[in-house]
Amino acid sequence: MITFEGAAKHYPDGTVAVADLDLTVETGRTTVFVGPSGSGKTTSLRMINRMVEPTRGTVRIDGVDIRDRDPALLRRGIGYVIQQAGLFPHRTVLDNIATVPLLVGTSRRAARARAAELMELVGLDPAMGRRWPHQLSGGQQQRVGVARALAADPPVLLMDEPFSAVDPVVRAGLQDELLRLQQELHKTVVFVTHDIDEAVRLGDRIAVFRPGGELAQYDTPERLLTTPVDGFVESFVGHDRGVRRLSFFPARTLPLRDDVVFEDDLKVEDVRHIAAEHPWLLVVDTDRTPLGWISERSLVGVPSGIRLSELDTVPYGHTFTAETDSLRAALDAAVLSPAGRAVGVDGDGRVLGVVSQDELGAALWSVAE
Amino acid sequence: MSAGVWDWSQGVWDWAAANWYFPQEPGRGIRPRLVEHIRLAYASIAIGLALAIPLGLACVRWKVLYPPLLTGVNVLYAVPSIALFFLLLPYTGFSDWTAILPLALYTLVILLPNVVDGLNQVPDHVRQAAVAMGFGPLRRLVRVETPVAVPVIIAGLRVASVATISMVSVASLVGLGGLGRLILSDGFRRQFDAPIVVGVVLVVLLAFATDALLVLAQRLLTPWARRDRRRGGPRRRRRAAVSPVGAPALESTAVAPPGKG
Ligand SMILES: Nc1ncnc2c1ncn2[C@@H]1O[C@H](COP(=O)(O)OP(=O)(O)OP(=O)(O)O)[C@@H](O)[C@H]1O
Ligand SMILES: [Mg+2]
Repeated sequence: MITFEGAAKHYPDGTVAVADLDLTVETGRTTVFVGPSGSGKTTSLRMINRMVEPTRGTVRIDGVDIRDRDPALLRRGIGYVIQQAGLFPHRTVLDNIATVPLLVGTSRRAARARAAELMELVGLDPAMGRRWPHQLSGGQQQRVGVARALAADPPVLLMDEPFSAVDPVVRAGLQDELLRLQQELHKTVVFVTHDIDEAVRLGDRIAVFRPGGELAQYDTPERLLTTPVDGFVESFVGHDRGVRRLSFFPARTLPLRDDVVFEDDLKVEDVRHIAAEHPWLLVVDTDRTPLGWISERSLVGVPSGIRLSELDTVPYGHTFTAETDSLRAALDAAVLSPAGRAVGVDGDGRVLGVVSQDELGAALWSVAE
Repeated sequence: MSAGVWDWSQGVWDWAAANWYFPQEPGRGIRPRLVEHIRLAYASIAIGLALAIPLGLACVRWKVLYPPLLTGVNVLYAVPSIALFFLLLPYTGFSDWTAILPLALYTLVILLPNVVDGLNQVPDHVRQAAVAMGFGPLRRLVRVETPVAVPVIIAGLRVASVATISMVSVASLVGLGGLGRLILSDGFRRQFDAPIVVGVVLVVLLAFATDALLVLAQRLLTPWARRDRRRGGPRRRRRAAVSPVGAPALESTAVAPPGKG
């Protein structure tokens, strides 16, 4: 547990980087500091490893005032990842990762073995270990940065906009990776970002900072989106927060109908009566893997005896996994579907059923207050 | 015309072959002069480097040191080398030190800004990462910042070594050794050009060979420094006296070009 007790940082030029911060970061959870530029996120983060000394107040880790700890020793137990990765250009990737173990006196051989393990953990090919940092892409460097921060197995991990210098696709991949790692490792992660979506995605708790270094709201992502405490937080989380909020509701509550799902060896005349009532039918193969939509109109004039597999289908677009996805994913799937309906699948991608617009609308209505 | 040039170079070559080495008189001939030259130049460069690195580290650690130190060494650099040799003569006599002390100082003048700029040029995020991982100030300087600065230091060393090798020749004016003896004593006094040509050619060859050695050293010491390493990157903050890898650019420091006499 990391506690800020009235921690403040005033610079001699009068800048208040952080104003009396009171906040508790829970052990084993991801806490995200989010806020506009200059709102004191980095300063607060660096108070934890004493790269910034508060001018007032105290920071404790598990009850111990960090001023009682030697800064260098304290830092070896706290991983730190920054935006440009900060890799040492003169050390190979493997030795970069091995830095802290070597610093604390682990033998070179053991440190390198550990580094190779970590490369796999963060999804890098261990063969890259012999490269120099400049021979890696930005996203790979960032993974090395994460591996290096984890090398000495520190209980605390500080991350300052670690993914903001890479493109959105790579960023999403790195976020997934972090979520996966965190499920495995349960570190106390403090993560700084400007990006509210990233915060909602990664954080168990989110601290929103406002200019002047004040804490505006400290809450779970869900509560932050449903009940922002004031206009600042509301505008910061964005006016589409309603849609974002849907990520907190499970899609498993949606009724999935399978009376409009047909296997592709059926004949046209078998489905005509259903098509009269439902404008879109979903065709699946015998494993219930989705193949595509057929519309009522496309059946007009098709002679009897033709099998569904012989008809042209409309691509089914995205699916959502009924058991694990959120309402947001279901809505997304419906919006992107040419049929305006979302296809729910199980963990193996087999169709469970289709959710109609009416039913989706009702579900959205029920979660709105 | 070619016949005249041919005869002339043949004459120079014959002179060089005849005067290369005298087994009976080991102090006479061209070879001992070359050995002296190498000894004086390399000792000066080595001492200059050995001073520049700790002084540079100190200047980075305690920033207030740098301006006065740089001004001080620059002022000394402004004193003509010949004057320094003469000034030292009463103290060090005709020993190697009379040549080495001033030349080491000149090497220091050229290298110090390179060491300081090289160290300052270490990207901020690299330094921050080192701090955050628990490197103390000293360890960070030695294990991270100095190695990263090596390309810039070697670039400065290349300039300094060429300058020093050429300046050793001047030491001969005050009766010290080196290839300058061929140029100044034998050549000018006797109105005879073969020794001058041999002396100049050997100085130039020595400078080239030394430069090649340094380039090789750089390749071996910094396999990580690729030429296009910093292309367009946002990393370079301050303009260094010498570009990280490649040609020296001295105009941003107060150091005179290597042609100093
Ligand atoms: N050394 C310093 N001297 C004076 N002011 C400083 C110093 N370092 C930071 N500040 C100021 O403190 C404030 C908070 O800075 P901080 O880096 O914590 O912001 P941030 O929230 O991390 O911003 P960003 O999102 O842009 O990284 C800023 O206004 C900054 O200008
Ligand atoms: Mg910041």
